[in-house]
Amino acid sequence: MFREAASPPRADVVLRAVDITKWYGATQALKGVNFEVQRGKVTVLFGENGAGKSTLMKILAGVETPTGGHLELDGERIELRSPNQAVDHGISIIHQELNLCPNMSVRDNIFIGRERTGLFGTVDYRGERKVVQRLMERLEEDIDPSTLVADLRIGQQQIVEIARALATDARILIMDEPTSALSASEVEVLFKVIKDLTDNGVAIVYISHHLEEAIEISDHAVVFRDGELVATEDAANIDLSWVVGKMVGRAAEYDFRDAERDYGDVALSIRNLKVVDATGEGRLAVNDVSLEVRQGEIVCLYGLMGAGRTELVEALAGRGPIASGSVKLGGEDVAGTSITERIERGIGLVPEDRQRDGLVQSMSVGQNLSLSSLLEMTRSFLVSRFISGRREAGRIRDGISDVRVKTAGPGAAITSLSGGNQQKVVIGKMLLTGPKVLLLDEPTRGIDVGAKGEIFSLLFREARKGLAVLYVTSEIGEAITASHRIVVMSKGRVVREFDPRTASREEIMAASGESEVGIHPIGTPSE
Amino acid sequence: MSELSQAAVKATAPHALRKINTRALMVEGRALLALLLIVVVFSLLSPNFLSADNLIIMTRHVAMNAILAIGMLLVILNGGIDLSVGSIVGLSGVIAGMLLEGLEIKSLDLFVYPAVWVVIVVSLGVGTLAGWVNGVVVTRLKVAPFIATLGMLYVARGIALLITNGTPFSKLRGEEGLGNTGFLTFLKGAPLGLPMPVWAMILFAAVFAVVLSKSPFGRWLYATGGNERAAELSGVPVKKVKTRIYVLSGLCAAAVGLLLTADLSSATPAAGEFFELNAIAAVVIGGAALSGGRGTIRGTLIGAFVIGFLVDGLVLVGVSQFWQQIIKGAVIIIAVALDQLQQTLQKRRSAKAAFSPPKPSERVPAPV
Repeated sequence: MFREAASPPRADVVLRAVDITKWYGATQALKGVNFEVQRGKVTVLFGENGAGKSTLMKILAGVETPTGGHLELDGERIELRSPNQAVDHGISIIHQELNLCPNMSVRDNIFIGRERTGLFGTVDYRGERKVVQRLMERLEEDIDPSTLVADLRIGQQQIVEIARALATDARILIMDEPTSALSASEVEVLFKVIKDLTDNGVAIVYISHHLEEAIEISDHAVVFRDGELVATEDAANIDLSWVVGKMVGRAAEYDFRDAERDYGDVALSIRNLKVVDATGEGRLAVNDVSLEVRQGEIVCLYGLMGAGRTELVEALAGRGPIASGSVKLGGEDVAGTSITERIERGIGLVPEDRQRDGLVQSMSVGQNLSLSSLLEMTRSFLVSRFISGRREAGRIRDGISDVRVKTAGPGAAITSLSGGNQQKVVIGKMLLTGPKVLLLDEPTRGIDVGAKGEIFSLLFREARKGLAVLYVTSEIGEAITASHRIVVMSKGRVVREFDPRTASREEIMAASGESEVGIHPIGTPSE
Repeated sequence: MSELSQAAVKATAPHALRKINTRALMVEGRALLALLLIVVVFSLLSPNFLSADNLIIMTRHVAMNAILAIGMLLVILNGGIDLSVGSIVGLSGVIAGMLLEGLEIKSLDLFVYPAVWVVIVVSLGVGTLAGWVNGVVVTRLKVAPFIATLGMLYVARGIALLITNGTPFSKLRGEEGLGNTGFLTFLKGAPLGLPMPVWAMILFAAVFAVVLSKSPFGRWLYATGGNERAAELSGVPVKKVKTRIYVLSGLCAAAVGLLLTADLSSATPAAGEFFELNAIAAVVIGGAALSGGRGTIRGTLIGAFVIGFLVDGLVLVGVSQFWQQIIKGAVIIIAVALDQLQQTLQKRRSAKAAFSPPKPSERVPAPV
């Protein structure tokens, strides 16, 4: 496969990552990446979710240790075992997720773990306060250092996160999605600060899903795909279509666009659905969404993180309350029913975060597969119903071969499987309940291309049998090649629908707000 | 975990079955080894230790703690804790004592003497009710299990004290004429030479071993303890499971309350104090994880035997009560420390296994 060689060493390279590999269990997140950061320049990382950008940044910031390869700072080999060590070397990171203690003040958060101490080892609150005030002036924010972080709106919390990184006087500053919650004017201020920093020789590494914004600020562009660095280019030579082309690349090895398009009745009907944002602030995460999915149809929900897609599918699955509107399953209203009852009626969710919400790690592959349909595998005995060992083993065997899980057997630990196979187990678990509508939230996140293709061929096979599928994705290539219809969401609303056979990537991305600098609602905290 | 997997696995994957069993054996094996060690050491120190009489006495002590520990295991499998079991033991015993001495209904100027089976059912019912309150407070009011059951610890004990006014009920024999005899003879009996508490232990262990390994409820319990969010999204009725385990723990405690009352021939409000701690110790020594999702009835029984034999053995060889406490504490800590060590090793091993290429034995299902 094609990979561009890293550029030859230059004098102004501060930090170099050499042959970095990273495994999470059986999943490889980085496959031998060579990466350079230059003094006084902004290096922008492009890539889809799960391409390995954030993993590499965590390694550079000492949050994760690489499985293979090493880092060189000013030509000398270094090892980073903790974020504080990285800070000592002058490397700071602004995380994508907010890592703040809401119960503490802005000042305490900015100095957390690196408190300034005075005489007798007590904290020098006054000195800290002055530093924070200066930082806030620089960021043109009117935030008092003693305000509790919990009392700030999300955008201001992100400012605090930025201020914390600035407070370390870093030589290398990594910004992972620093603008996801910022308003347009705040983004402008941040860019001014970045300009100021680079003029003073600070190296910036910048990640953003807002492509145009990222192109605007970049000096160098680096593109990641499936854990590999696939392209590096000077900012002068890049534009949106170059970036999109490199990002998506060969990811579309599957193409289901010409699949049959005769659909059945309406399986799922959503009318004027509103869902309140669980993180508070009284915002609507899903704002007046109406949508229909027919039997045998695969609908893709495309949009940026925080567009309300996760909240929408979770509300459909019965997790969390619906503010208003109706959800009908085959004509029947499901209002007020629990997750359990909805699964019985034929609608189930394959959640976004496999580890947190999808799997019971302490159970075997088979037990995870059968978890949702245990009641169908029972026979009565005396006064109670017990699981029929034979029936369960049979169903599990069917399930494993149905979704093609690669495993040593149903008794193997679920944690022994690769990410793709774990995901197949989560999907298989829902398919065993005999659903009419299957919801999937980022079903291919963090799994390799081969498994992605298998998962979609599985979904299209089930769709041909009449299953209605509604899935969320942030990968444009996936949206186009693996759906019958693309619904784009932005800021809680459905903004446009596309036919994947005729729509262009640029059109879809533009509709989602991906190539636009502006006010972006805060995303879900995980990538 | 191991009991669970067996059912699912037996038919299809003998290899995986064997692997899981060795893992379970390592957890339980350690407790079993400790038990053997205790038996060997004490039988060397005291010739009486292994006598039939002493074994039966010790097993009777073990039995009550084991029944409490079984209830506690259910709660701990869910990731919770039940601190109220000791107080529920006291409360249900007092209820039984009160009913056996006769219930005075002032307005009717009447004494009611319920039959023994009514006494037993009502006492079990009261304990179960207390457990249900625990469950509701935990699931509906979202109070942390530690706090909810700590509260019940005081409330149940207080009610027991109120009922007795501080003095125990001791006329438990009943009277022929009133038709309420048999409480003591039944619960103090020893059919086939085994005391009633031992029979009760066997019954509870057998029933709950089956429930945990064979019923959907058992599987749901392991799932909610392993990952509650995932279980909920999988359609597991998480709240129902949670309420039910506290109810069952209350039932176990009430049963012990009856057995203890009969054993002492007296219903004291202070009965069962600190029993919850021994029950937790037995569960933990038996290899259950306090974080939930891992633990077996078999392990818990072994844990109860370790604690019981250790304490009785120390008494038998004349170790001072103060040292007994220290040794018991040390055993609990060592057991859990070893368990943690093994977990770490296991994680490291499975991480290593992830790097090695897939084994040829890995079955790739045929394309569909």
